[in-house]
Amino acid sequence: MSTPLIQISSLMKSYKLGGETVHALNNVSLNIDKGEFLAIIGPSGSGKSTLMNMIGCLDRPDSGEYLLDGKAIGKMNDNDLATIRNQKIGFIFQNFNLLTKLTALENVELPLIYSGVSAKERREMALQSLTKVGLKDRSGHLPTQLSGGQQQRVAIARALVGNPSILLADEPTGALDSKTSAEILQLMQGLNELGHTIILITHDLSIAKQAKRMVRIQDGQLFENEGEQIGNFAIY
Amino acid sequence: MAILQSIKMALRSIKGNKLRSALTMLGIIIGVSSVIVLISIAQGSTSNVTSQINNLGTNLITLNTFGTELSLTEDKIDKLGKLDGVKALSPVVSGRVTVKKEKTSAQTTLTGTNSAYGTVRNTNVSQGRFLTDLDNEYRQKIAVLGATTAETFFGSDNPVGQYIQVNGTSFKVVGVLASKGSSMGQSGDDVVIVPLSTAERLTKTTSINQVYLQGKEKQDMNLVMAEVQNAMANMYPNKTDSYSIMNQQDLMNTMSSVSNTMTMMLGGIASISLLVGGIGIMNIMLVSVSERTKEIGIRKAIGAKRRDILLQFLIESVVLSAMGGIIGILLGLGVGKILGSTLQMTVTFSSSVVMFSFLFSLIVGVVFGVFPANKASKLNPIQALRYE
Ligand SMILES: Nc1ncnc2c1ncn2[C@@H]1O[C@H](COP(=O)(O)OP(=O)(O)OP(=O)(O)O)[C@@H](O)[C@H]1O
Ligand SMILES: [Mg+2]
Repeated sequence: MSTPLIQISSLMKSYKLGGETVHALNNVSLNIDKGEFLAIIGPSGSGKSTLMNMIGCLDRPDSGEYLLDGKAIGKMNDNDLATIRNQKIGFIFQNFNLLTKLTALENVELPLIYSGVSAKERREMALQSLTKVGLKDRSGHLPTQLSGGQQQRVAIARALVGNPSILLADEPTGALDSKTSAEILQLMQGLNELGHTIILITHDLSIAKQAKRMVRIQDGQLFENEGEQIGNFAIY
Repeated sequence: MAILQSIKMALRSIKGNKLRSALTMLGIIIGVSSVIVLISIAQGSTSNVTSQINNLGTNLITLNTFGTELSLTEDKIDKLGKLDGVKALSPVVSGRVTVKKEKTSAQTTLTGTNSAYGTVRNTNVSQGRFLTDLDNEYRQKIAVLGATTAETFFGSDNPVGQYIQVNGTSFKVVGVLASKGSSMGQSGDDVVIVPLSTAERLTKTTSINQVYLQGKEKQDMNLVMAEVQNAMANMYPNKTDSYSIMNQQDLMNTMSSVSNTMTMMLGGIASISLLVGGIGIMNIMLVSVSERTKEIGIRKAIGAKRRDILLQFLIESVVLSAMGGIIGILLGLGVGKILGSTLQMTVTFSSSVVMFSFLFSLIVGVVFGVFPANKASKLNPIQALRYE
């Protein structure tokens, strides 16, 4: 097996709040291979989003090492991180985070604008991406003219468009009903089968179960299922 | 990211907030248009003054006496006329007189002078003739009327050959002057011109209080001035306080420095309003940045660099101020035109003022856009994403 896509070792991140130190991430180590579908599960406040910000290169750890594609993230400056986010990471957020004044197509085009793709090519790639999520015929709609599920599909199309190494989803179904959630999860599974690496963050076990691999986070500490007491992981 | 793309994005967000953008631009519009209107009016009045001064006569030197201590006599004036650089000269006796014709009566200025006055003062007749040397010699009771005076007494009739009463004495009108308009607060058209000798008798004075001298060559005017000053100093020693010798060029310089100051002052005042407009832009851009914190977070998450965000907001403020500048220029030109035609002001537009005010509005956009744009670009993406 080649080197993992993501190598995280002994990552620490803490926040000081009024004299009290919160260890949002406490000695976290994790390897993720290309093509995996990993779920990170944990209760509220356990450090899921903090971990996702690390993996997504939005934040730097206090200590520890993070190698993405073999490159050390901790030593990069803000501009390099922006480039990494632009080219290697696709974010999918709980509340979609689309720009409300842009159409679906323009939203999907946005990452390509920052990577300097020409207008014509951009349009083509964005349309392709929208086709993948089944929203080709809605490309001219504004987010407000789309349902929650459709908005999340647009967000997924936007995450996909630059063909990043990783899709990072933080509670992607958190704002959706169960039927739409199922559809979105199905879409993500399909994308995984096409070879996309997906990291799914959730506090919902039934959603986490649909991933191929699951890790649990509690009070900033990460547990892999094997040999640990993660209860009803029998399905795995 | 390409600049063109940024401009498109800026235009979009400006369009997305039409009312606010319009109000923001209003500050710049008012600033730019007032710069243009005020400077154009100031420059118009400068060119007006210049042409008025030229109207007074070419290569003109004016000698004025004050008080009674010094009386210019004809023989002394003749000496001035014989100076090298002096081409022609005309002494003037003036006073207020009552002019009557039948039932019409009016106070007006009486000017007694010689035949050279016409050329020295750039004054032409529109009807009849001007004074001649013979008129002066024979103390003829003839008069040349200013355009306004002629109108007052004769309306649209031809006054030439008719008679008027000046302080009770009957004068025959031989000519009417072409209208010169008012020059520097003095109407040159409300006047009765009679031969010098006649005027001296009429006003019962022999003291000439003013002499106009015309120099030969424009470039020698300073020399001529010196000649005249010398001659006067020789003829009237220790009396330099009782007369003044003024070169038209000096007058022109004084006037133009006055109107330059005026132009600068008006431009300065108007520029302050442009500056205030710039503060308005900064204000709105700051509001816009905090309103769009989430957008900035999203853009950063998907790969916008600091530079991209900075440029986006900076271009937005420059586009706002440039649009305001262009509208302001059009408005300024329009208002200037209207003022020029309704208030009969001379309004001179210069392309340099238009360029300057446009550039200034661009600079205002950059200067007042940098701070909000920088603020936006420095936002932490995680916190910005959390912002609701
Ligand atoms: N910017 C911050 N400043 C201070 N404390 C923070 C900050 N971000 C996170 N924390 C703290 O770190 C811990 C982990 O937070 P995190 O957002 O990662 O939790 P989470 O697992 O995503 O929770 P949820 O499921 O509610 O989204 C929490 O105790 C939180 O209070
Ligand atoms: Mg969270």
